[in-house]
Amino acid sequence: MSSEQKELTQTPLLKIWVPWMSTSLSQRRGSSRPQFTNCPTMIVMVGLPARGKTYISKKLTRYLNWIGVPTQVFNLGQYRREAVQTYKNYEFFRPDNEEAMKIRRACASSAMKDIANYFAKEQGQVAVFDATNTTRERRGVIISFAKEKGYKVFFIESICDDPEIIEANIMQVKLSSPDYENYDKEEALVDFLKRIDCYKMSYVSLDEEKERHLSFIKIFNVGSRYLVNRVQDHMQSRIVYYLMNIHVTPRSIYLSRHGESELNLLGRIGGDSGLSSQGLKYARALSEFIRGQSIKDLKVWTSHMRRTIQTAEALGVPYEQWKALNEIDAGVCEEMTYEEIQATNPEEFALRDQDKYRYRYPKGESYEDLVHRLEPVIMELERQENVLVICHQAVMRCLLAYFLDKSADDLPYLKCPLHTVLKLTPLAYGCKVESFYLNIQAVNTHRDKPTDVNIARKPEEALRTVPEHL
Amino acid sequence: SISGRVRSCFHILLLYTSRLEHQNKALTHKTRTMRGASRSKNTQILDKRVCMTNCPTLIVTVGLPARGKTYISKKLTRYLNWIDVPTKEFNVGQYRRECVKIYKSFEFFRPDNEEGLKIRKQCALAALNDVRQFLTDEGGQVAVFDATNTTRERRETIIRFAEQNGFKVFFVESVCEDPDVIAENIVQVKLGSPDYTHCNTEEAVADFMKRIKCYENSYQPLDEELDRDLSFIKIIDVGRRYLVNRVQDHIQSRIVYYLMNIHITPRSIYLCRHGESDLNVKGRIGGDSGLSARGKQFADALGQFIQSQNISDLKVWTSQMKRTIQTAEAVGVPYEQWKALNEIDAGVCEELMYEEIQLKFPLEFALRDQDKYRYRYPKGESYEDLVQRLEPVIMELERQENVLVICHQAVMRCLLAYFLDKTAEELPYLKCPLHTVLKLTPVAYGCKVESVCLKVEAVNTHRDRPMNVDVSRQAEEALLTVPDHQ
Repeated sequence: MSSEQKELTQTPLLKIWVPWMSTSLSQRRGSSRPQFTNCPTMIVMVGLPARGKTYISKKLTRYLNWIGVPTQVFNLGQYRREAVQTYKNYEFFRPDNEEAMKIRRACASSAMKDIANYFAKEQGQVAVFDATNTTRERRGVIISFAKEKGYKVFFIESICDDPEIIEANIMQVKLSSPDYENYDKEEALVDFLKRIDCYKMSYVSLDEEKERHLSFIKIFNVGSRYLVNRVQDHMQSRIVYYLMNIHVTPRSIYLSRHGESELNLLGRIGGDSGLSSQGLKYARALSEFIRGQSIKDLKVWTSHMRRTIQTAEALGVPYEQWKALNEIDAGVCEEMTYEEIQATNPEEFALRDQDKYRYRYPKGESYEDLVHRLEPVIMELERQENVLVICHQAVMRCLLAYFLDKSADDLPYLKCPLHTVLKLTPLAYGCKVESFYLNIQAVNTHRDKPTDVNIARKPEEALRTVPEHL
Repeated sequence: SISGRVRSCFHILLLYTSRLEHQNKALTHKTRTMRGASRSKNTQILDKRVCMTNCPTLIVTVGLPARGKTYISKKLTRYLNWIDVPTKEFNVGQYRRECVKIYKSFEFFRPDNEEGLKIRKQCALAALNDVRQFLTDEGGQVAVFDATNTTRERRETIIRFAEQNGFKVFFVESVCEDPDVIAENIVQVKLGSPDYTHCNTEEAVADFMKRIKCYENSYQPLDEELDRDLSFIKIIDVGRRYLVNRVQDHIQSRIVYYLMNIHITPRSIYLCRHGESDLNVKGRIGGDSGLSARGKQFADALGQFIQSQNISDLKVWTSQMKRTIQTAEAVGVPYEQWKALNEIDAGVCEELMYEEIQLKFPLEFALRDQDKYRYRYPKGESYEDLVQRLEPVIMELERQENVLVICHQAVMRCLLAYFLDKTAEELPYLKCPLHTVLKLTPVAYGCKVESVCLKVEAVNTHRDRPMNVDVSRQAEEALLTVPDHQ
């Protein structure tokens, strides 16, 4: 190796050390952890209608995007609805309906073309092909396509024979589908069940012998059992772990920040101060609110910081502390006001406004780092049922972005005001949000993105959106 | 209901996730209390090692001989202990060896050998008794019951035992019919067993194959129908396929994830620190400085060493700190940066010398010496925090094959403790000198370590635990073990 060492320089936004004038920087090395994705992966759903394929597709996609893996769902039903403007009835899906078969095959090709485009032109890394894919023949077509393009394939099959679960599925998501706009509930149910029958004749489940060279997971009865075959890589291993931790039991997640803190009052960020008198009032109000909700078996989580613990103490129930829920580390800017940051580090302040998600404080963290830190929390939230998480502004934004599928650009600007509880309840394919402001005054800690994010801007421009404080 | 989940093991979850040191910053402003000292009421749940609403878990292996049950038991035990879940394995074969001093032949295991069956049952019960003691009286959280457990009848006995004692049961079955894998198993671990010290290789293999045959007829593998109410994972063909049934809680979920990520493909893991840094030379801890001249020499030497090893498909990982990246640059192959590999955050003590820490924070300095594993620097981290931070790295190391990890002293100690099964007490004092590469190669049930010193001089950064760890000690006593520096 050469005797002269390449000098290193730290990138201003991400604070990553890279060789000066490096040519090897073809890929962005910004993340706090390697992604271990080298070739695009197609996730292919398999299963009869009303088995939760779309639910899994959307949820998995949301998770992968949140941890930084660009993922998109390609739902064949949507392609079909675009091709055949009006849905008449289940007869479209009859296996002997030649005309319809042609259309459906064309839709599949179209979807695969879009997938290829997503990988080649839009820097996608994972595509979820959401369709029944119930025949070996159709799966063969997909496998050939992937092989030709050099994509990895991972199948997710959902198998369920519990009629109650299937009917509940249909009620929750099918009846409100565009297909059944003009049907009444009873008719829709009958038609959909006939639709499922159309697939049953030709349904060939993934076979652990005949298809043992494929990579797949079979999910039985909403997670009571799994069969996992040939996990190829890191990404598939994470996907399997995620799928094995999610459930569909109804429950709610409550997110709240700590009560107003003394540093909040002073407009200072970070630190580890205690609650102000208003903050203490909030803690008591929170306790009343929680009692009023009559939540069964509520778990309460806090960070290791004083202000969340003080807030939890007022609830009078056991709580668990997670270091991972600590507020974002502002490094050298800890306990400063925005005015002070502008005065001492104007360049840093501007860089942060340019890309608030990826910007890492000197000797501190970025929102991106925070997301990776919070991943075990999200995994455990998926396993749990009713949970109240008492955390911090940046942390709450990250968690909220996961549940509400917000992009990295939106995440750092989500509104998470003090003294407000958000109640998240999974519903259909998404999450219902109810916001409860507990009527205790608090300072505003939300700083919007200013219009001018240029390094050369004037201090007034930078400080225009700073909220008021003492 | 099928879609319901049993409440997760609250206590295990707490032990793993909270990493709580028993200081309550909200209520006690100044003094740090260490585990064992008095603590305020809100931490009461977390320090309890005795279970309350959460129960200990009994992991039960299932499978014919030479299917990797003991390998899995030992590895899983090592992993769980590392992530701070007190775990112990109970190998029934060992109980049998203590009972029947000399092993004669496979005939002991014949299904019609009444005497043999009696002894074997007694051994199993003795082991279960020890399990009960470990989980109920000794603060254990997980016990791994390592035996063939190939009949439904034997498994029923264990399930009843667990129910009586309030333990959860999770079965881990290993199924394998590949004759090459089985033969390799036998060569690696059976031939060296105390049972076969008096045999030559051929005799031992022949005898062992007959031993396996004794079990085959009565083997009732876990069945997805008949055993559908049990919680288990069936590992097929060394990880090609898995069947997972009814995962009850957090710890079982973690165990499944771990088992699905380990493999037995031969490979080596190389651990080393960055080259000597400018701050190392000055005796200062932490920071983000570059390499000293000697550090750069090491980086070159490391590059040459790696080349000479001719490692196939080597992955190189670094932290996101300048000194490890500079070191990796010299190796000349692509590398991945992990923030999780960053050195322990010394908080307010960053970039200080030990002498300065003693001067400014004598209390902290003493507390650290009292319990170096759990001690957390003010506004910084503890070794305990570090282990939690490194868990995804370990999981990925298990998945990978040949890897070189260029990291830092505290980080390397944590990783080494995982591979070499060191306790929390030993971990912070493991010797990880600069300019030395450790090559770890899995062998049999453990890990072979080869230490390669690359002959480039460097300062010593290892500070032993001093004799006097009392907060009232003199400064000289505190600084007695500080290594030399500029």
